[in-house]
Amino acid sequence: MTVELDRVNDFAFKIGTVNGTGSASANGLLMQSIFRMGVPVSGKNVFPSNIQGLPTWYEIRVNRRGHVARIPRFDLIVAMNPATYKRDIEELAPGGWLLHDSSWPMADTLRRDGVTFIGVPLAEICVSEFEAARERILMKNIAYTGALAALLDIDMEVIRTLLEETFGGRKKHLLDSNFTAIKLGYDYVRTHYDCPLPIRVAPMSANDDSILIDGNTAAGLGCVFAGATVAAWYPITPSTSLVDGFTAFAKRFRVDEETGLSRVAIIQAEDELAAAGITIGAGWAGARAFTSTSGAGISLMGEFLGLAYYAEVPSVFFDIERVGPSTGMPTRTQQGDLLLCAYASHGDTKHICLYPRDPAECFEFAVTAFDLAERYQTPVFVLSDLDIGMNDWVVPKLRWDDRYRPDRGKVLDADDLEKIEKFYRYLDVDGDGIPYRTVPGESPKGAYFTRGSGHTKYGTYTEDSDEYLEVVDRLLRKINGAADAVPAPEIRSRPEARFGLVSIGGCDGAVREALDELEEEGERYDYMRVRGFPFSQDVTRFLEAHEMNFVVEQNRDAQLKSLLLLETTVGKERLASVLSYGGLPMSAHHVVSGVRERLGVGVQQEGASA
Amino acid sequence: MTHIAKPRVIHPRLEKNELGLTRRDYEGTMSTLCAGCGHDSITAALVEAVWDLAVPPHRAAKLSGIGCSSKTSAYFMSQSHGFNSVHGRMPSIAAGANAANRDLVYIGISGDGDSLSIGLGQLCHAIRRNLNLIYLLENNGVYGLTKGQFSASADVGSKSRRGVPNEQPPIDPVLLSLTLGATFVARSFSGDKDQLVPILKAGIRHSGFAMVDVISPCVTFNDHVGSTKSYAHTREHYLEVAETAFFEPDEVVPADYVPQASEITTEIAPGETRDVRMHDGSVVRFRHVAEDYDPTNRDAAYQYIRRHQARGEVVTGLLFVDPESRDHHAVLGTVREPLWDLPFDELCPGSEALDALMANYR
Repeated sequence: MTVELDRVNDFAFKIGTVNGTGSASANGLLMQSIFRMGVPVSGKNVFPSNIQGLPTWYEIRVNRRGHVARIPRFDLIVAMNPATYKRDIEELAPGGWLLHDSSWPMADTLRRDGVTFIGVPLAEICVSEFEAARERILMKNIAYTGALAALLDIDMEVIRTLLEETFGGRKKHLLDSNFTAIKLGYDYVRTHYDCPLPIRVAPMSANDDSILIDGNTAAGLGCVFAGATVAAWYPITPSTSLVDGFTAFAKRFRVDEETGLSRVAIIQAEDELAAAGITIGAGWAGARAFTSTSGAGISLMGEFLGLAYYAEVPSVFFDIERVGPSTGMPTRTQQGDLLLCAYASHGDTKHICLYPRDPAECFEFAVTAFDLAERYQTPVFVLSDLDIGMNDWVVPKLRWDDRYRPDRGKVLDADDLEKIEKFYRYLDVDGDGIPYRTVPGESPKGAYFTRGSGHTKYGTYTEDSDEYLEVVDRLLRKINGAADAVPAPEIRSRPEARFGLVSIGGCDGAVREALDELEEEGERYDYMRVRGFPFSQDVTRFLEAHEMNFVVEQNRDAQLKSLLLLETTVGKERLASVLSYGGLPMSAHHVVSGVRERLGVGVQQEGASA
Repeated sequence: MTHIAKPRVIHPRLEKNELGLTRRDYEGTMSTLCAGCGHDSITAALVEAVWDLAVPPHRAAKLSGIGCSSKTSAYFMSQSHGFNSVHGRMPSIAAGANAANRDLVYIGISGDGDSLSIGLGQLCHAIRRNLNLIYLLENNGVYGLTKGQFSASADVGSKSRRGVPNEQPPIDPVLLSLTLGATFVARSFSGDKDQLVPILKAGIRHSGFAMVDVISPCVTFNDHVGSTKSYAHTREHYLEVAETAFFEPDEVVPADYVPQASEITTEIAPGETRDVRMHDGSVVRFRHVAEDYDPTNRDAAYQYIRRHQARGEVVTGLLFVDPESRDHHAVLGTVREPLWDLPFDELCPGSEALDALMANYR
């Protein structure tokens, strides 16, 4: 096999542009074209917290084996932003290609050996073709799509079809101008350079049953399918698009055809506190309600989360994590809220958390979250992150089982209440720690007083130790009882594996890719991805079965490892961390080098103790 | 003992409303507030109002924040759902509950600390949303449970029990509400049940946010000489803009009505009356309307209150009402049925719709 052949459908490239110049649509078009060609692909938008003017990048990885975790090594870089030329050139892999706008000369000092510079006068050709100033800027970015199509052998017919789908009908003039710009880039490169490059796309059929979707859209869709009727939110990156998605789907699926009235209330709150309050108020009144936010919002919601936990109000909280602490880096990704969400609010609390790995699980877990919130009468968190939430992922088509019925949990309606002598809100009738609840307005017999202050199992106010303990101890039993109801850990076993890898959420792709690489060296590894909290016994068993478990996560303080230590019986000596928390998604390289490094340390320690 | 239930012995000849319920049926647990607390009088007025309106107790929801005032949600309507939430955040709980079930009567109970300091933001936005909620602000100018600190409604120069004057200007919930576009604004006094009951009735029936600021002296921390929220000071500086009466849509509105107050204040000369018909057909009748007062003119109401405030007078009564009020659901454009109870089939698009939608993500 020649080296050239090897690079077909196995490379990564990156596009550096200026924020606000229309590059998002150009990059999306490239990604979607490769997807339509049936090739596994991923796109990571590395963007600034800015509306216009700052540098922004889009990374695309193409991999025929389906490994599409972020890879921090680029074979080709499209450098459209002179401000980042130097950095972009440095990030190129040896032997790579740099595509740049040659309308202006590039300083010789930037030239690097072993890198092929491909100059295309994109601005120049767009200035001669288009008249309006704004159009010239936008089309310059569209034109590099054409240049890349030539270099990477992306099917122009596919691109044309996608443009027709986007600009069909009334936006026909946009279709023409976009395709003209693409053709300009394409033709120029074909005329002046050898095409395609050794890194190129060849059609496959890996995506026949897949879609390209971001996690926030999928979660918003899940909320519609789950039957959520109240959504409250305060705008915050990177969670805003979840409610945007929900709103768009509600317009499509929740408007009464006759009256034009809506079967959903979407309330933009004045802050995250109010968003939490609205969610809890609606949950208390019987609706499936949710809010979507990021870490800063969860911090603000703290007091309310304790109320919902203690007063036992079903409510769903999406936390689309971003880099903290404080404002942190709002447009970078992290898994920094694992501990925050697990124990949010003052006093003794513990919350059910779900950890989707990709948009498909965002859809699925959105539905699960509402079921668990109502079954356990408590806040439920879905912890996604910026990478999952805002980037487009290739995932299997979402499916729906029409037999699904919402699990409303233990709700007594007026008829049920007639059959009992007296209703007490917080009584553990069934011995599972889950009391019965009623919905306001259903029956005078169902009325009760909800409070965040100390209460007895009968719902009355108390300052008595024993009466207080009875309730909070039951709450702990109730939440721990959810361990087997949350999505089970996904476990991949190898015979006689000494080591375990453990990960969470969006790290999954990088770990799976890393496992392939690590196992080429002969060692066997079992792999577990936790998907829910509290942890089930399966989690403990997995950890106990390995002399060392490498816990892969995206935060500085090893929060998943801390949770595992706190909530399982595994000893500290069996856990080691592999961390990446600089704000970019986990890569296989990180995992492999992290595990190797830790193994080296581990071997030495063994030697010392023997 | 930290919770006191009331004995359930009911006199057989107690008057019943059209639901066959007595006032006792609208009571709650025993108040644990100080004897003489203005809040207890407000609770009594509230019981009278909901009894008279024959609100089915289980179709009402009582919501509150934290503080002495917020405790009172436990002291009435024990057959209603109640939610004593967190400090200053009752409006958001109300917004959510109301979004989920628009058919309940929502009674919000708050205080001056709960509303004007920690919860000022939520109050403002509840007003902007025109939540269908009666919002009782039991206003005593102090924090009681933490022993007498000034609240944001304390007047400049009003003295604390230790004799320290307040130097910061007050936030007036009535002026604030008028500024923010509240559709129903009233001020009353816990010591004037005759004025308060019809205001409460009208506020409960109002379709939208009804701000009812009730001066409610704190007998323990703010009822001394030098306080501007004491019983004595309030009585002395009290200016009733108009007597009001409230009539349900199906009630016959008399040509002239004799408010209960007239039984003891028969010396009041009969004056002008003015009827304001509300959106649901109910009628608020204003009697003895000051010549220059128009309760449907927001700007005029604001100026009138400010003018009299400058003279040290506390203007009371139903001060402003917008009969064409559109509540939050009207703005949101939600269906008529309570959202929480919609059949799942109407909410879930189903597999066919999902399959079709997937084409958009290819």
